Amino acid sequence: MFGTSIGRFRMDPLRELQRLQRDINRTFSGFDSLLAVREYPALNVLQSGQDIIVTAELPGINPDKLNISVVNDSLTLSGSRDPEVLKESEVYHRQERNYGHFSRTINLPFAVDTDKVDASYKKGILTITLPRAEKEKPKKITIKAT
Amino acid sequence: MASEAKDMTKQEVQHPVETERTRVRKVYVPQVDIYETKDSIVLVVDMPGVDEKSVDITLEKNVLTITGEVPQTDYKGYNISYAEYETGDYQRAFTISDEVDRDKINASVKNGVLKLTLTKAEKAKVKKIAIKAD
Repeated sequence: MFGTSIGRFRMDPLRELQRLQRDINRTFSGFDSLLAVREYPALNVLQSGQDIIVTAELPGINPDKLNISVVNDSLTLSGSRDPEVLKESEVYHRQERNYGHFSRTINLPFAVDTDKVDASYKKGILTITLPRAEKEKPKKITIKAT
Repeated sequence: MASEAKDMTKQEVQHPVETERTRVRKVYVPQVDIYETKDSIVLVVDMPGVDEKSVDITLEKNVLTITGEVPQTDYKGYNISYAEYETGDYQRAFTISDEVDRDKINASVKNGVLKLTLTKAEKAKVKKIAIKAD
């Protein structure tokens, strides 16, 4: 009986919990810097009035396997790091580094000019510079004295 | 990434070193893979932000110390709007056995990854003993 009433309202308890968790996370999102990060790669976002700089530490990545896409004000970063293939006689003493595919999307503080996005990869650090879209630039409004 | 069980955030060193550093900077423990091949022991160390000039490798007695200095990047006119990681130097030390030939240590840095090859000393190489059939 109880089950059918849940079914009728299309309520999935697990889904509801996840939604609640998301809401809570969003509420406290201002506090989740540094320690609470579990997504890879960790990103730093800097901005001036005109540009946004996004940096990420991605050691040992083949830049050709890195995909950066920007749609309006959302930036998606994906790529992969290949594991070292050991020969049959070779054995690991310890393996702490991570391998595999990663993908991350973030919302930027403002819409950017997608044609002018610039990315560089040096010393294992990815730096993406995104200029603010022309139409998004703040306009100064002068007040006329009458 | 692939194995979600692993902690992917940077771990700050608890007690950096006994000696005190002159520069006031955070020090991180770099993640490392170590594997053994027939002739050598290879260390692969993730140190984003370092290049061949800023990595220092010393071998004193049996302690191999890897230090990496990361220059502070200043973005003039920019404010941090979201920060998930901090930058700092790297330091990690390993005790190695006498099996390593001290004169044959090769190091290279590429894309923020240090690869250190420690060649095994002749005496430490596995000798295969053939068993004669009677």
